[in-house]
Amino acid sequence: MITRRFFLRNSALAMVGAGAAPLWLERALYAAGALSPRKKVLVAIFQRGAADGLNIIVPHAEKRYYEMRPTIAVPRPSQAAARGEDAAIDLDGFFGLHPALAPLKPVWDDEHLAIVHAAGSPDPTRSHFDAQDFMEAGTPGLKATADGWMNRALPHAEPAARISPVRAVAMGAVLPRAMRGANPAVAVQNLSDFQVRNAEASGAFQALYADSQDPLLRAAGRETFEAVSLVQSIRKQHYEPAAGANYPKGRFGDCLRQIAQLIKADVGVEMAFADVGGWDHHVNEVGARASEGQLAARLADFGQALAAFWLDLGDRRQDAAVVTMSEFGRTARENGDRGTDHGHANCMFVMGGSVHGGKVYGKWPGLEPEQLYESRDLALTTDFRDVLGELVGAHLGNRNLSQVFPNYTPKPRGILRVS
Amino acid sequence: MPSNRSFRAAFIALSICLLTGISVYARKSTGASAQAAALFRQRIANDQKAGHALNRLTFGPRPADVQHVQALGLKKWIDLQLHPERIPENPVLETKLRPLDTLGMSTAQMLQSYSSPAQVKAMVAGKLPFPEDPDKRMMVDRLAARIQAKAARLQSKTDQDSSPAPAPGLAALLPPEQLRVLRAGAPQQKLDLFSSLSPDRQDQVLESMGQGMRMQLFAAAPPSLRRRIQSTNGPQAMVAQDLMEAKLLRAVYSNRQLQEVLADFWYNHFNVFIDKGDDRYLVTAYERDAIHPHVLGKFEDLLRATAQSPAMLFYLDNWESVGAQSPAGIRRQRGLNENYGRELLELHTLGVDGGYTQKDVTEVARCFTGWTIRQPQRAAEFEFNPRMHDDGEKTVLGVRIPAGGGIDDGFQVLHLLAHHPSTARFISRKLAMRFVADDPPATLVNRMAATFLKKDGDLRAVLKTMFDSPEFWSRGAYRSKIKSPLEMVASSLRALNAQVDFTSGLNNQLNQLGEPLYRKAEPTGYSNSSQEWLNSAGLLARMNFSVALANNKVPGVKVDSAQSSQGVTLGSPDFQKK
Repeated sequence: MITRRFFLRNSALAMVGAGAAPLWLERALYAAGALSPRKKVLVAIFQRGAADGLNIIVPHAEKRYYEMRPTIAVPRPSQAAARGEDAAIDLDGFFGLHPALAPLKPVWDDEHLAIVHAAGSPDPTRSHFDAQDFMEAGTPGLKATADGWMNRALPHAEPAARISPVRAVAMGAVLPRAMRGANPAVAVQNLSDFQVRNAEASGAFQALYADSQDPLLRAAGRETFEAVSLVQSIRKQHYEPAAGANYPKGRFGDCLRQIAQLIKADVGVEMAFADVGGWDHHVNEVGARASEGQLAARLADFGQALAAFWLDLGDRRQDAAVVTMSEFGRTARENGDRGTDHGHANCMFVMGGSVHGGKVYGKWPGLEPEQLYESRDLALTTDFRDVLGELVGAHLGNRNLSQVFPNYTPKPRGILRVS
Repeated sequence: MPSNRSFRAAFIALSICLLTGISVYARKSTGASAQAAALFRQRIANDQKAGHALNRLTFGPRPADVQHVQALGLKKWIDLQLHPERIPENPVLETKLRPLDTLGMSTAQMLQSYSSPAQVKAMVAGKLPFPEDPDKRMMVDRLAARIQAKAARLQSKTDQDSSPAPAPGLAALLPPEQLRVLRAGAPQQKLDLFSSLSPDRQDQVLESMGQGMRMQLFAAAPPSLRRRIQSTNGPQAMVAQDLMEAKLLRAVYSNRQLQEVLADFWYNHFNVFIDKGDDRYLVTAYERDAIHPHVLGKFEDLLRATAQSPAMLFYLDNWESVGAQSPAGIRRQRGLNENYGRELLELHTLGVDGGYTQKDVTEVARCFTGWTIRQPQRAAEFEFNPRMHDDGEKTVLGVRIPAGGGIDDGFQVLHLLAHHPSTARFISRKLAMRFVADDPPATLVNRMAATFLKKDGDLRAVLKTMFDSPEFWSRGAYRSKIKSPLEMVASSLRALNAQVDFTSGLNNQLNQLGEPLYRKAEPTGYSNSSQEWLNSAGLLARMNFSVALANNKVPGVKVDSAQSSQGVTLGSPDFQKK
């Protein structure tokens, strides 16, 4: 299967050559329909380490929430006046945003941000490793799945000859599990370093690969240098994010800024992936106030980066959808160390131009003892594949969902206006 | 040494001509299977054989290896590689491995000597004994102090909303003239200065140094000090570092090359992910005691050793698997975990098409209930716990396993699987994929499987059948595989006769190349197939590694004539093949 992919394309890009062509020519190439520009893009964000969904989207109308979290709960919005910013930001009278996510409130108010609560993987594992693996494979409970849901979700390309070399891009050193598979996908650590660093050697390599007797290496070389030349042409321009898009310093902000740069460059990106770690807060999850401490720091970075990304997308918002996930949630009760342990269901964010936002989706299972999963965790009412399936089907237009999520039939929740 | 240099240039030029120009290549995906089959019947030329054998049985030829193999005789050389105990080990390797003391430690010793913060806390609380070695004890004391200070900082932040006290800057620790030496002095001056400080001050200085400065001191330091420096970010990381370092050093320096190639193959077959929780401390003993001794032995011994290793029991969760009706199952409301049972059948023995059902998976999992870990966070040894075991009758692959078998249920399953024709085929095919071709001919796989069954799973005999086969020496096999990143890195180092002083730089390169050592999260292990490694990021990383290596830009590694043209050779399509 993987062999085939190199031969599927006879590459419109080959004309462009070694990055010598001016940017307008490359853009023109895409604009002329070669790659049908303005592709729909799905951006998936993985919060590794199991983020505490109950403190991110706070069920502030639940008495039990405050009983189970006497020292780490996020205060009710009604108390906001008394305690300044230090309370949940009310969303719908029942749920509230963690105060560190304030930058996302305008996106919610514009109805472009939706929340799905009590969502996640139905597999009971509480192992980070297994749960991430299952979620990225898109097949909970099945370890033998070789490829990832994002790779399988790439729409069938018609005509096959015109596939962008950066169709699927993951920010990072290795291709994440979610993107591995038969379709081409590139891992990019940093756009500024996606190249052979030695220019002289680069030319020599390109010639050697073009002349290789081995068809696989020849094709892989061509794919590589096409992607490099494409990225180079983007890189030549100084990238200035849209006004007001203040990406936070750090890896996650950098990743989203570069994804926005790729999307806005119209180079055929359809699928992008970024991950962000540091959510495994067993100890001292919350500081003296809800807006302080480890979780707040992670959320400030997370929220500011997403908000900047949203602003930066500008007129491309209509083409983009962002979805976030984390391998599982955390215990409903706080533990003895002012933290939480591994739990079950979590919340997901969906942001995009065609998202019917300003609404919390999913049936709320409640937090009474008999409502908890295994008497300890938020129960699951929405399978993460329902959310992803709707995005893949209605946003990307890939209706072949049985291939993307084998042995499962995703149930769209009406999160997208187009569906 | 100009003669050396020109020799190496000649070698590389030679390897290009010899090993690549002649790459007649079959496309198997285009219905050319008849053509491919024909290629497996065509013999390669005699003067290609030594290079081919070296490419497949070792981590790549060093400059004089082809001549060495030819002088010794191909048959004799292969026979020696199949009997590594008859090959004296390279003293250079032994010297380089000596400082890596975790390699020889039991899990309990490691936990004491290279403790995690949780263990240090337990020692302070009197729940665990302190290490007896005074140096190690000092390290634990320093760690405990550091943990306390950090907790105090956190507490003060929580209590008073004050910003945490940052680690003191170097300027606060050292007078200006000393600081200047540390920043800009000659390596030896830096070292002398650092050595003159008290251990506590050394710790503070190390913690306050930037990574770049620390690496410079590290490069100049003797082994004992290197370990101190590496421990700055937490001693528990040393365990994985030693493993990664040893793996690379053995690949580059060992005289017992086939044994090391096989150790890589079998570790990958029975993959364990070192970053899954407690496995951080369990992989050392796993590789050393369960994998390495059996790579040329009987498959059943290898299988039993992995099945009983705490590393595998933890990785695939079997240690928590409880018979639903066992005393522990009833009391704790816990149940069966099928992970190990499934992977045992699918990945370790029969193969996914090996003819088993979901019912077999469940029955196998029932047989292995009670195979658990005693003291997982301390001594971490295999234990059979009858209170967790499902003692009912089971049927596995049509074979009845009577009730009351206890620990023998698991042994019976392993014996059954180790002698199953599907296992013989699956293992033979996987070996042939590694050593012969991505899609090895069925004729060869069948002969290897027959040897496997006839010789009681004797892996040396199976390999011998393969190395004696015409398919191994055919044009279908010759230069048909793409090197894995580890093979690419090791073969580059060997081709240039590089001197490896330390391997952190090489490990960073392997991360970029997509094969972080011991860090394949999935139980499948890294792919055995060429095509897996052909992606844009991977190819770019290969090219960049090659140029960096040839220009002496990989920390810890030295090649003696730096010229980037060698880098182009190493990054070329031809050098990616073996």
